[in-house]
Amino acid sequence: MAVRSADVAVSVALSPQGGVWTTLGRFIRKKPLGAAGAFLMLVMLLTACFADVLQTHDPIATEAAHTLAPPSADHRLGTDHLGRDIFSRIVHGARVSLIVGVASTLLGSVLGGIIGLLSAYVGGKTDLITQRFLDILQGLPLLVLALVASTALGPSIQNVVIAISIPIIPRAARVIRSSVLTIREMQYVEAARSLGVRHLRIAFRHILPNTMGPFIVLCTAQLGSAILVEATLSFLGLGVPEPYPSWGRMLSVSAAEYAQKAPHLVLFPGIAISLAVFGSNLLGDALRDTLDPRLRGA
Amino acid sequence: MKTYLAQRLVVALLTLLGMSAVIFVLLRLAPGDIVDILFSTAGYVSPAEKQAIMKELGIDRPYWVQYLDWLRQIAVGDLGKSYRYDLPAWPIIKPLVPVTLELAALSILFAVLIGVPTGVVSAVRQDTALDYALRVFSLAGLSMPAFWLGMVIILWLVTWFAWIPPLTYVSPRENFTLHAVQFLLPALAVGYRSSALIMRITRSSLLEVMREDYIRTARAKGQTDQAVIWRHALKNAILPVVTIIGIEFAFLIGGLVVTEQVFNLPGVARFLVQALLWRDYPIVQNLVMFIAIVVILTNLLVDMLYGVLDPRVRYGS
Repeated sequence: MAVRSADVAVSVALSPQGGVWTTLGRFIRKKPLGAAGAFLMLVMLLTACFADVLQTHDPIATEAAHTLAPPSADHRLGTDHLGRDIFSRIVHGARVSLIVGVASTLLGSVLGGIIGLLSAYVGGKTDLITQRFLDILQGLPLLVLALVASTALGPSIQNVVIAISIPIIPRAARVIRSSVLTIREMQYVEAARSLGVRHLRIAFRHILPNTMGPFIVLCTAQLGSAILVEATLSFLGLGVPEPYPSWGRMLSVSAAEYAQKAPHLVLFPGIAISLAVFGSNLLGDALRDTLDPRLRGA
Repeated sequence: MKTYLAQRLVVALLTLLGMSAVIFVLLRLAPGDIVDILFSTAGYVSPAEKQAIMKELGIDRPYWVQYLDWLRQIAVGDLGKSYRYDLPAWPIIKPLVPVTLELAALSILFAVLIGVPTGVVSAVRQDTALDYALRVFSLAGLSMPAFWLGMVIILWLVTWFAWIPPLTYVSPRENFTLHAVQFLLPALAVGYRSSALIMRITRSSLLEVMREDYIRTARAKGQTDQAVIWRHALKNAILPVVTIIGIEFAFLIGGLVVTEQVFNLPGVARFLVQALLWRDYPIVQNLVMFIAIVVILTNLLVDMLYGVLDPRVRYGS
């Protein structure tokens, strides 16, 4: 029954009566915080897409004459210890941050989702063993697991994505598993089975689409955490390698060293990370309340 | 109760065994072996010399022998030897443990002190401006990287008070005030982050409890709002909060890793990062295992506490 109400919520949210604008207006009125989050994410997306247009300088060009310059007309947010323009680096950092965040969230959620779907559909011993395995992955602190994985895999963007996605797998599997457990007992699934539809087809074509609500909620909630983990890994020197401008790395050792002389080195990249994570958290909360009432407060 | 405890212990041990396998495999994925990494700065190392070193470190043996040997080491509490220092690991780690424990305890204290009251107020004033403000405040804590918050705190101290927290560790016997300040600030940075989770759980749990019949009964009897919230509702609402504190202990460790780095506190978490950067894998392996054991024990403890706090939860019957 809980699933049915979630389905209704999904269909209301996804195929509104009265057009997109009415729904959008209703969403903004009912969930102002969620709308603010969506707005922040939209800004980040646009920044990432048009980074080349928005940049005022080459983000990796050094300028020995202008190191640690405070914000000015030429360098809107100042320059770092190598004379690189901070504004341009933040703009390009949005691209790296978003790509790594979205890619790792999708990778982890899809892998976890498939594990959760099959585990719940097959049930029995398979389910039990899978659950214990997920316990193992989930028991290790998220950041520690990502740290170890990214060190072991070595520094490259792909490896950072893989490292961040690993801790997401068990969380995604849990969410999808719990909704599949209720859906697979529903009558339409029984009907499909009695018609002789093959198991894999039932799992992927009949059950999977009905887990989309929780899945979207899960992805939005994990996106913020993925962006944060990327920033932390890069801060510690175990994340996105040079020359890609990463918000986390902009805050690392060099920034701390010059913080007193040039506080803008510390302030702006941190504000960028916080706003990005804040936006996806706000949006995630609002989507959870709308799409999946069962997860409220989880 | 006893059989339940025994079952839980067996499951915990199996989980730890699984974790050890995951950690072992993850660290063996690294390209190149430790000798290459150790001597990459030394230039050319003759193959014979390399063989000798590998033999000495025991990494010329098959993986399964190494794994079993490691398990035996953990079982007898032998933390092994650090490649980098060429010293037994325990004497290096031992002085770091109290630093991390103190920081963790203070952080949890801050998290509860901030999280529970804001959660209660937010639930009682649901959908008012105050509720929105508190929710934004807590979500902001969840969104700010702990390391950045730490840096901003330091920056703020420097700019406004022209005062820099001590750059090296100050023991409480040496100078208690300085020691307290040195720990309170990072604890605040970590605790604020964790308080966000506690606040959210307190809020939603209290909202749920407030809808129950016995709360209406209490009100009907003429109890004051204060008494209903703090004496009747919170007692039941606090249970999920206790669980989340246990679960988020693992989350807290993540916060400690970066905060110890920023505040230059010689704790276990900072040492883990250093060992990772040096590729000192025996240390990494053992430290992560140590963290896993602490997390599992905390979860076990929280489950046991549940039975004490809530008489309705009876184990093993």
